[in-house]
Amino acid sequence: MDNSLSPNQALFNFALHMGDNTLIAGHRLSEWTSQGPALEQDIAITNIALDLVGQARSWLSLAGELEGKGRSEDDLAYLRSDREYTNFLLCEQPNGDWGMTIVRQFLFDCYHFELLNALLDSKHEQIAAIAAKSLKEVTYHLRYSSEWMIRLGDGTPESHKRMQNGLDERWRFLGELFEDTETDKVLAEAELSVLPSSLEEAAMNRIEAVLKEATLSQPEVKHFQTGGRKGIHSEYLGHLLAVMQSVPRAYPGQSW
Amino acid sequence: MPVEGSNKTDNQDFMKIFDARIERDEKVEPKDWMPDAYRKTLIRQISQHAHSEVIGMQPEGNWILRAPSLRRKVALLAKVQDEAGHGLYLYSAAETLGIERDELYQQLLDGKAKYSSIFNYPTLTWADMGAVGWLVDGAAIMNQVMLTRTSYGPYARAMVRICKEESFHQRQGYEILLHLVKGSEAQKDMAQDALNRWWWPSLMMFGPTDSESTHSEQSMAWKIKRKSNDELRQAFVDATVPQAEVLGLTIPDPDLKWNEERGHYDFGPIDWDEFWQVVKGDGPCNRERMAHYTKAYEEGAWVREAAMAYAEKKQKRREAAKSDLQVA
Repeated sequence: MDNSLSPNQALFNFALHMGDNTLIAGHRLSEWTSQGPALEQDIAITNIALDLVGQARSWLSLAGELEGKGRSEDDLAYLRSDREYTNFLLCEQPNGDWGMTIVRQFLFDCYHFELLNALLDSKHEQIAAIAAKSLKEVTYHLRYSSEWMIRLGDGTPESHKRMQNGLDERWRFLGELFEDTETDKVLAEAELSVLPSSLEEAAMNRIEAVLKEATLSQPEVKHFQTGGRKGIHSEYLGHLLAVMQSVPRAYPGQSW
Repeated sequence: MPVEGSNKTDNQDFMKIFDARIERDEKVEPKDWMPDAYRKTLIRQISQHAHSEVIGMQPEGNWILRAPSLRRKVALLAKVQDEAGHGLYLYSAAETLGIERDELYQQLLDGKAKYSSIFNYPTLTWADMGAVGWLVDGAAIMNQVMLTRTSYGPYARAMVRICKEESFHQRQGYEILLHLVKGSEAQKDMAQDALNRWWWPSLMMFGPTDSESTHSEQSMAWKIKRKSNDELRQAFVDATVPQAEVLGLTIPDPDLKWNEERGHYDFGPIDWDEFWQVVKGDGPCNRERMAHYTKAYEEGAWVREAAMAYAEKKQKRREAAKSDLQVA
């Protein structure tokens, strides 16, 4: 094992990674606000976006504290480049149609739900507390995205086709969610977090069960895409951040 | 002697009961008899109000992705989400008058129904999120507080809830500006610029001046409206001027001054040509707002169809399972 990574450094990496995932996933969902397929769904998807951005605030604040250099949640969100962001590639993928968005969210929710459950036992008090608060919200996210997977997979021939297409497109980003990094190994050993690979079985069981009910088939991919946690992203993240960070970047040092 | 079964006579009797109820300041409820014109006026007004909430999501939605801090982002998301919620209550209130939501959507898509013209102005800087909250929600509140006492029960009750959220939004908008005016010169300029652009359109939100307002007189008689456009506009100006002073911003009206005799602020003439231009479809963003709405509606069609199809399938499966059980 690589002992060059201190537990505190690993904790910082982890909090940042959690903050980045939730922020980018939430930001993407917030692109739906005022464009949902029905008013009720507009409200629901905005609600999930709100939860995720709220969680991002908790994780990024924790990251700032752990780092101890006085960086705030906003410094971390608005003043890092895409090469410094460590979210999964899945979270930054564009929305596409409603079905493709649901697929992305569902895959993320299955992972997120298992991870938060495991984090309830973290020996790090703040991590366990953020996980407990987030889990209540993510339990709803998972129910919502599962219901829509089933409803649209087993809806009309067109919706079925769109969902299968969404799944085929987004599946290649799933593998990255269960990769163990040095950060994870250090934290798992200290019982501060768990190995992502340990979440795979439960998450995959859930995914399979929902796909079956949705009459969708599980795609086969030869190679999963990876790199997000090392800051090697898809081309989409740079554009997302350019928009998100535009005001603080244009007026450096101002408070809003 | 009234002849039994004569519609005309029945209607006359019902009309007397209805008028007496309005006179006594009692609420009219969905199952009560009401004149057709009252029903039509309410459907027009409530649906227009609902459409305004929904179209109103766009100008603020324009800044969700660019909110300059995470706290602001969360607050703005929540605000736009509230507007969608207001749209829902209002469509439900309209439905109690015997019209389906889909028909109301169709009227908006076809351009037959209107929404508040204020949302046809663009939101150009972050300060606009402050100005829209402070001025646009502020003007809306003047109108909506009055509507909590409107004669139609479901509309009045929807307004009570909406008003609580709107006053929160207004404070949120004002707080954005308060923060900006304490910031750098560039931020102060941004705040002043937003006030310059939003002031006059906000005054126009109260509608034509009383002498020109086509629907007002009957609506006042039926107690749908309880104050005139000009009364509400004056109340808004009187409430807003001191708030601008606290911000240290200048209201873009050289004629604005306190009139001791009237006990109100005098203000300059409104550009009614601009008002009618925007109402009639030629404002800066009328086309963009409708294009955005129409695109979302059309792109959501397959989702709505699939949700219906799935619900029907599920229902059939449930029935089949039930009859299997009975056979067994």
